[in-house]
Amino acid sequence: MTTDQTLTEEEKAEEEAGEQARIASNSWQGVAPGKADNFKQSFFRMLGLLAPHKLALVVVTFLGSAGVVLTVIAPKILGRATDVVFEGAFSRLPFPPTVTTQADAVTALRAAGQNRVADMVAAMDHFVPGAGIDFVRLGQLLLLVLLLYVSGALLMWAQGYIINVVMVRAMWQLREQVEAKINRLPLSYFDRVQRGELISRVTNDIDNITQTMQQSLSSALTSVLTVIGVLVMMFTISWKLTLVALVSLPLMAVIFGVIGPRSQKAFGIQWRKVGRLNARVEESFSGHALVKVFGRRREFQTRFRADNEELYQASFKAQFLSGIIWPGMSFVGNLQYVGIAVIGGLMVANGTMSLGSVQAFIQYSQMFSQPLSQLGGMAAVVQSGTASAERVFQLLDEDEQDPDAQDAPAAVDGNGTIVFEHVRFSYSPDKPLIEDLSFTVRPGQTVAIVGPTGAGKTTLVNLLMRFYELDGGRILVDGQDIATLTRHDARARTGMVLQDTWLFSDTIRENIRYGRQSATDEEVLAAARATYVDRFVHSLPHGYDTVLEEDAANLSAGERQLVTIARAFVAQPSVLILDEATSSVDTRTERLLQHAMATLREGRTSFVIAHRLSTIRDADLILVMEHGAIVEKGNHEGLIASRGAYHRLYQSQFAGALVDEEVA
Amino acid sequence: MLRRLLWRYLRPYRWLLVGVLVFQFASALAMLYLPRLNADIIDKGVSTGDTAYIWRTGGLMLAVSLGQIAAAIVATYFAARASMQAGRDIRDGVYERVSGFSEREISQFGAGSLITRNTNDVQQVQMLAMMGSTMLVSAPMLAIGGIIMALRQDVDLSWLIAVSVPVLLLIAGLVISRMVPLFRSYQGKLDAVNRVMREQLTGVRVVRAFVREVIEAERFRLANTDIMVVGRKVGSLFVLLFPAVMLVLNVTTIGVLWFGAKQVDAGTVQIGTLLAFMQYVGQILFGVLMASFMTVMIPRAAVSAERITEVLNSKTTLVEADRPVHEQPRPGEIAFEDVTFAYPEAEHPVLDGITFTAEPGQTIAVIGSTGAGKTTLVSLIPRLFDTTGGTVRVDGVDVRELEMETLWSGIGLVPQRAFLFAGTVASNLRLGKEDADDGELWEALAIAQASDFVSQMDGGLDAKIAQGGTNVSGGQRQRLAIARAVLRRPRILIFDDSFSALDLATDARLRQALWRELPQVTKVVVAQRVSTVTDADAILILEDGRIAGLGTHAELLESNRTYREIAESQLSVEAGA
Repeated sequence: MTTDQTLTEEEKAEEEAGEQARIASNSWQGVAPGKADNFKQSFFRMLGLLAPHKLALVVVTFLGSAGVVLTVIAPKILGRATDVVFEGAFSRLPFPPTVTTQADAVTALRAAGQNRVADMVAAMDHFVPGAGIDFVRLGQLLLLVLLLYVSGALLMWAQGYIINVVMVRAMWQLREQVEAKINRLPLSYFDRVQRGELISRVTNDIDNITQTMQQSLSSALTSVLTVIGVLVMMFTISWKLTLVALVSLPLMAVIFGVIGPRSQKAFGIQWRKVGRLNARVEESFSGHALVKVFGRRREFQTRFRADNEELYQASFKAQFLSGIIWPGMSFVGNLQYVGIAVIGGLMVANGTMSLGSVQAFIQYSQMFSQPLSQLGGMAAVVQSGTASAERVFQLLDEDEQDPDAQDAPAAVDGNGTIVFEHVRFSYSPDKPLIEDLSFTVRPGQTVAIVGPTGAGKTTLVNLLMRFYELDGGRILVDGQDIATLTRHDARARTGMVLQDTWLFSDTIRENIRYGRQSATDEEVLAAARATYVDRFVHSLPHGYDTVLEEDAANLSAGERQLVTIARAFVAQPSVLILDEATSSVDTRTERLLQHAMATLREGRTSFVIAHRLSTIRDADLILVMEHGAIVEKGNHEGLIASRGAYHRLYQSQFAGALVDEEVA
Repeated sequence: MLRRLLWRYLRPYRWLLVGVLVFQFASALAMLYLPRLNADIIDKGVSTGDTAYIWRTGGLMLAVSLGQIAAAIVATYFAARASMQAGRDIRDGVYERVSGFSEREISQFGAGSLITRNTNDVQQVQMLAMMGSTMLVSAPMLAIGGIIMALRQDVDLSWLIAVSVPVLLLIAGLVISRMVPLFRSYQGKLDAVNRVMREQLTGVRVVRAFVREVIEAERFRLANTDIMVVGRKVGSLFVLLFPAVMLVLNVTTIGVLWFGAKQVDAGTVQIGTLLAFMQYVGQILFGVLMASFMTVMIPRAAVSAERITEVLNSKTTLVEADRPVHEQPRPGEIAFEDVTFAYPEAEHPVLDGITFTAEPGQTIAVIGSTGAGKTTLVSLIPRLFDTTGGTVRVDGVDVRELEMETLWSGIGLVPQRAFLFAGTVASNLRLGKEDADDGELWEALAIAQASDFVSQMDGGLDAKIAQGGTNVSGGQRQRLAIARAVLRRPRILIFDDSFSALDLATDARLRQALWRELPQVTKVVVAQRVSTVTDADAILILEDGRIAGLGTHAELLESNRTYREIAESQLSVEAGA
C-alpha cells in the first residue's frame, strides 16, 4: 500500500481505469502487483469454495494420481523397448560363428580392439549374438505401454471432467451466495458504496475468479503430481542425469525472476496507459459536438496521439518481455536436452547406462519442464484471481440487516392511517437528523415533503419503507408498528414511484406486473390505461410485448416514468410514496404524469416529494425539511402566515413563476 | 474483414514481418536440427564409442540452441514492434475517423460503443497480430519442417505421419468446432447473468419496495443455472482435447518403435535415426496442436475487427465544400428555408418543412414535447449534421458552403448535457476562448450567474473539475457550460434546454443578464418551461417535427391552442396565488 501514498489522485484514477480494463480483458499477463495483506487468507478461502465437493475432490486426486503414475511409468517401459531394439541391432554385428553367448561376444569384441562397444554389450540385459531383435518381447513391452497410455488418458479425462463439474458448481454457488447476500444487505450499504464499483465486483471479479479456477487451479494438481512423479522416475534411472536435468531449475528461476517482475511491471504500466487513453477517448467522444464547435479537434487529437504513443511504447515493452519468456523456457528445455544427450551418450558409450534409458530420460525431461513453466505462469493468474476473491469476500462479509422476527404479527388490512411517534433517526450517530418527529396522517390524506435539494427528503421515504431502522420512537401504519412486522408485510402495502425510473429488461407488460405478481393481464391493461401508458404503447413495435432495452433506452424519460406509475397502480397499495419529476420531462408528458399521479393518489394516503406548487398547495400536510431535519409542518396558508422557512422557500422557488404569471 | 484490416495496418511494417518470418524460420530450423544432431551422437558417437565425437556434437547442439533463442528473441522483438504499432495506428485511424463524424453518426454508433471500439476491440486485434506472428507462424513451420526432416531420415514410416496428423487434425477440429459456438453462447449467458446482477443493484430500492427479493433471486438462479449448464458443456469438451491429443502422440510413438524395429532388424535404418524420427513426430504433432489452439482466438478477434472496420468504413456526411466561403454578408442571422431532416429508412421525418428567420440580436425560443425535434433543429445551425432537404443559412450563407471553422468560430453552443472536461474551471472555460484572461473569465461567470459558487469553490478558477463535471451539481454544470459559451463572445448563442436544472429565480436572473450584456447576439433557446420563453422575440412550437405555431408569447396565448394548453398547465395554478 505504500506505493499508493506516492500516487497523485489522477494516477489513482488511471490505475482504477486500467484495473478495470485489465479485468475486462481477462488477460493473465496483466497482473497488477498483488496486495500481500490477507493474500494467503483469501487464497485459502477461495480454495474453500470447493470444500462442499470434498468427495469429488478425493476422487479427483485419486484419479489424477493414478493417471500421472501411469503416464509417468510409460516412458521407462518404452525405454526398455528401445533397449530391445538396440540389443537386437547389436546382435547383428559380424561375429565369428563360434560366438554364441553374451560373454563370448564381449571377449570377441575386446579381441577386435572395440573396447567401448564391448562395454556396452556387456551391460545389456539380453544379448544373443545373431538373434536379431526379439519381436515377441518388443511386442509385449509395446502392448503394455499402449495399455498404460490408453488407461492414463482415460483417467486424465475422467479427472478433468469431474474437476470441471466441481468448478462450475462452485462458481454457481458463489454467485448464488452473492445474490443472497445482496438481498440481505441493508440499504445503507448500497447508499454508501459506489454502484459502479459494486457492479464490477459482482460481475468482473466473479468472472475473474472463474477464469482463475478453470485455467490454473484445475491443472495445478496434475502439474504438481507430474513433476513429483517424473522426478522420482528420473532418479530411478540415473541420479547423475537427474542432476543434469535439475541444473535447469535455477536457470528457469532466473528467467522467471528476471523477466517475470519486469514483465508484470510493464503490464501494470500498460494497463494504466490503457486507462488513461480510455478516459481521453471517452471525454472527447462524449463531448464531441463541443470539441468540434469550439474548434478544438486538432488539440484533442494531438493529446490523443501523445497518449496513444505512450500506450504503444508501454504495450510494446510488455508484449516483448512476456513474449520472450516462452522462448526462454524452450531454451532451458533445449539445454537440458543437449546436456542429457551428451552426458547420456557418454554413459551409454562406456556401458554405465542403456540407450533406452537415455531415450526415456529425454522424454522425462520434456515432461518435467512443461508443467514447471505452467506452474510459473499460474502464479500470476492466481495472484489476480485472489485479488478478485478478496473483493468478493469483502462483500460477503458485510454486516447484514437484522432478520425478520420469527413471531412477527400478521399484517392487518387497513385504509392507511399513518402515525409517526417521537421518531428519532440519524445516518451516523454524530450527526443527529430527526430528533423527535410526530405527526398523524389520516386515510386518503396527502403529505407534501418540501425543501431544497439535499435537505433529506428521501430520508422520510427510507423510514416509511423501512429501508432504514429507527433509532427511537415508532411508525405505525394502520395501528401496527412497522418495525415489528416482517419486511415483506411492512413494504407490501406501500407503493413507490421514484424519479429514478428503474425498469428491467423484459416486456412492458411484465414491467407493469412487477408491482404485483398475481395481477392478471386485464388488471395490467387497466393500470396502463389509467396511467396513460396505453397511449404510447401502441406506437411501439410490439405493443405491450415490446422488450425494453437495457436501461430502457427505447423509452423516453417521461414514458419510463409513466410505466413506473402503472407499476405502482397495479400493486394497489394503501399508502403511496411519490417523487415528483423535476424538469427532465417536457411539458406535455409532464401534464400526463400529473394526471397519472393524481389518479394513482385517489383514495390513498400519499407522501409526495413535491416540486410543483399545485401539489404542495393542495396537500393536507406540508413537511418542510432543511439540512436533513423537519423544521416546519402545517398547511400552505398556515405556513405562509407564519413567515418561516416555508415562506422563504416559497419566495425563492416560486417568485419567478409569480413574475411570469403577471406577464401572462 | 479481419484479414483486410490486419493487412491494411500491418503493411507499413511488412519489413518487420519479413524479419519475423526469417527469424522464426531460423529458430524453427534450429529446433529441427537438434534431434538430427542427437541421432548423430547415437549413431556415430555412441555406436562406435567415439566420445570425442559426442563432445563435439554436443558443443554444436549447444551453439544451435543459443542461435535458436537469439533468433526467437529477435523474432519476438519484431513481432511486438509490428503488431503494437499496427494497434496504435488502428486506434489513431478510428479516433481520426470518429472526430470527423457528425452527431448523426455518433448517435448511430453510440458514444459508449465507439469508445469500446477504439480501445478494447483494437486490443483484441493487436493481440491476435502478436500471437499470430509468433505462435501461429512458428507452429506450422515446426510441423511442416518436422515432416520434411522426418521424411529425410529415410525411414520408411512416413505413412505413420500421414495417418496421425489427419487423425489429430480431425480430433482438434471436431472438438474446437463444437467449442466455438459454445464459447459464444457462454459469453451470452455470462452477459445475461451480469445484466440481472446489474439490474438488481441499480434497482435495489424498487426490488425491496415491491418485496420482490425472492422472485429476483429466482430470476437470477435461472440465469446462473444457464451459465452453469453451458460451462459444463464447454468444459467437458475442453478436457477431452488434451488426453486425446496426447494419446495420438503416444500411440504414434509406439507405432514408430514397432515398425521401425523391423527396419532396424533388416539393417535399413540406424537406431539413432529412429529415435530422431520419434522426436520429429512429437514436434509435428505439437505444432499442429498449437496451431489449432490459436484458431480459437480468431473468432473473437474477427468480431472486434468487424466492429472496427464498421467505424473506419462509415463515411461522415459532413464534408467541407469544394470552395468554402469565408465571407459572412449578414453576421448573426439564422434562416431556415423549408428544412427537412429524416433518418434513412425512417417513416416520419424528424423535421418537416421548417421555415423561419432570426434577425441578428433576436431571441428565438423553441418549445415542444420530447421527440418533437428541438435538439435536431438547433443542431443544424452549427452543422452538426446536414439537412436532408431545404437550406440552413447562417450569417447569410448556406452552412454547407461556409468553411466549417468560420461557421463555428461565431457560434457558442450550450448542449443539452452540460458536459465538462477533466481539468479546472478555468481550463473548461478557456475551451470557449483559448487566450481569455482571468478578467474575461469572471465576466462570463458573472453573466452565467456562476461567479458566486466558483469563488466559493476550493481554488476558485483553478478548482478541479472531474471528468464529465461530476463533482459539481447539475445546475452548476449548466451555468459553467453557459459561461464557457458566453466567453466566446459569439454572434450566435444556442441554449439546448440549458436552464432546466436551475431554479426559477436563478433562471430569471440569468436570462436578464444575458439579454442585458449580450444584446447584439442572436440567441436560440430550447426550453421546457414557458416561463423561460415568455420574453422571446419569437416562440417556435414544434410538434412532431412541424411548426405548430410561431409568434410572441402574447400572440400565441391569443391564437394558439397548443401553446395555451402548455402555458396553462404550468402557470394556471400560480395565477391563483
